[in-house]
Amino acid sequence: MGIDASVLDRSVGDLARLVQSGEVSAVEVTRAAIDRIEARDPALGAFLTVQADEAIAAARAVDDKRARGEALGKLAGVPIGLKDALCTRDAPTTSGSKILTRRARPGEPDLDPARGFRPPYDAHVVERLRAADAVLPGKCNMDELAMGSSNENSAFFPVKNPWDLTRAPGGSSGGSAVAVAAGMTPAALGSDTGGSIRQPAAFTGTVGIKPTYGRVSRYGLIAFASSLDQVGSFARDVRGAARVLEVVAGRDGRDATSLDAPVDGYEAACGRDVRGLRVGVPEEYFAEGLDPAVAASVRSAIDGLRGLGCTVEPVHLPHTRYAVAAYYVVATAECSSNLARFDGVRFGLRVPGRDLGAMYDATRGAGFGREVKRRILLGTYVLSSGYYDAYYLRAQKVRTLVRRDFEDAFRSVDVIATPVTPTVAFPLGEKVDDPLAMYLADVYTLPASLAGLPAISVPCAPVSPGGGGAPLPVGLHLVAPPLHEARLCAVAHAWEQISPARGLVPPGLP
Amino acid sequence: MPSDSPAPIHADEVKKIAALAHLELGPGEAERMTRELARVLAYVRQLQEVDVSMVAPTAHAQVDRQPLRADDPRPSLPHELALREAPVVSQDGFAVPSFVEEG
Repeated sequence: MGIDASVLDRSVGDLARLVQSGEVSAVEVTRAAIDRIEARDPALGAFLTVQADEAIAAARAVDDKRARGEALGKLAGVPIGLKDALCTRDAPTTSGSKILTRRARPGEPDLDPARGFRPPYDAHVVERLRAADAVLPGKCNMDELAMGSSNENSAFFPVKNPWDLTRAPGGSSGGSAVAVAAGMTPAALGSDTGGSIRQPAAFTGTVGIKPTYGRVSRYGLIAFASSLDQVGSFARDVRGAARVLEVVAGRDGRDATSLDAPVDGYEAACGRDVRGLRVGVPEEYFAEGLDPAVAASVRSAIDGLRGLGCTVEPVHLPHTRYAVAAYYVVATAECSSNLARFDGVRFGLRVPGRDLGAMYDATRGAGFGREVKRRILLGTYVLSSGYYDAYYLRAQKVRTLVRRDFEDAFRSVDVIATPVTPTVAFPLGEKVDDPLAMYLADVYTLPASLAGLPAISVPCAPVSPGGGGAPLPVGLHLVAPPLHEARLCAVAHAWEQISPARGLVPPGLP
Repeated sequence: MPSDSPAPIHADEVKKIAALAHLELGPGEAERMTRELARVLAYVRQLQEVDVSMVAPTAHAQVDRQPLRADDPRPSLPHELALREAPVVSQDGFAVPSFVEEG
């Protein structure tokens, strides 16, 4: 007999405590998660593959460990969704792309994530989750190779926003966000290169943290842009996201950019007094293009922080307007190089050709989707002879200016508060034929990515989209200096306690 | 070509870049990509407005350079496992189409 599936609506910490104390078993919690995925996911598309047997076996091992009297880890029995860009030794890994999928044999469907690459090892963060006794029931859908802001670039199927099934959940970690928003897993891991955790968190009313560049090892994360990629966490509340981040953060010698700094108590920071903290508000983020209702919701959250005893003052980030352009040069240049590894030789898809070059061309032409091809082409262009100085080198210099803007601002404030996105979740299909419009959806998250700074999205008052309709989630974006994730958690948690979004869940879930 | 005013992109250039990137483009795809890339490049061109004459480039936002790990040998991927996912295997290795003229 299963237990009441509402156990999944408990916080990450509560759920781990219930399993640690034996009030519920990890197997019961895992079955509940798999049942919920079966009931809810067909309408949402958040999971590419589900590993029911492996997850139950892992849960049984957690219960056995407890039966032997051993102490259980911080995520005991907690089901956690994994973005499919993270390598897992017991689950296919596609990164949302056909190119990491074995070619169909006669009679097989053309596209099937179950035929995905089978990594010989776990990503570092996956090892950490398993070591903390978490259970990993499935791999979450995403924009192909983490490129996109709506999840419509998944090679397999799009993800729907549980607040309104006609709208995008955001991307590229849209499946991870929806797994949490729809209560299928209490937490999830995603990755954020230019906003890929924070933007879907904002669109789905969940909490999403992108840590400092280097805070979490990228070992086993399928690379998009290596100077920007970071793994981070989603949960329904700040405490849950903080606990998961605490488990996965820390030095790993297999990623040369992984930082050796001690991991602070992110969860312990939740509940810390925020009186006297200085909150900077950059007017550049409240300019043209921001939906007035979103602006009002975010400003009201900033007023809430003032009410909690923070001081609020204006700051200036004058190079904000160049961040989108700089990002799309730097990130595409890096991706054009990183994606050279997909060549049809060692793994994934191969389309035959008459010689080696023709085999590469055909494999990559058939294996990559439109957005990925566009970015490879743009990246190859900006790195090519004659354009390198005008585009790539210049973008790197502008990146320096964006970083300096933050350094200057953080001389007078402790955190910076902005909107996460210019609008609420947009309708599926709205931007799919307009790449530039899609890129501009990330205008507020890209600067912190270029500067390598930690940032969080935490829900504030939902607002109706332009044209009316039921209110949709809005995110408050908080950015801190490097390695100050604990401060972000403290401020976000303080706001969360008084946020009008507190306790709201998507309506009508089966 | 003066570096401060890059020319708009042409379909021939897109085809050349696609060849460099080993990307086969389908019928009409080069033309569509040309239109889309032209729009993105027109947007990106605003970077030319910024005075960067005294600015060093940022390649990486890393806060601290980490020491390299100890150079100790450690086990590598077993041969069979390394080959497991290969689309085509031959004589215990990755099989690829011929790329040198035999003679």
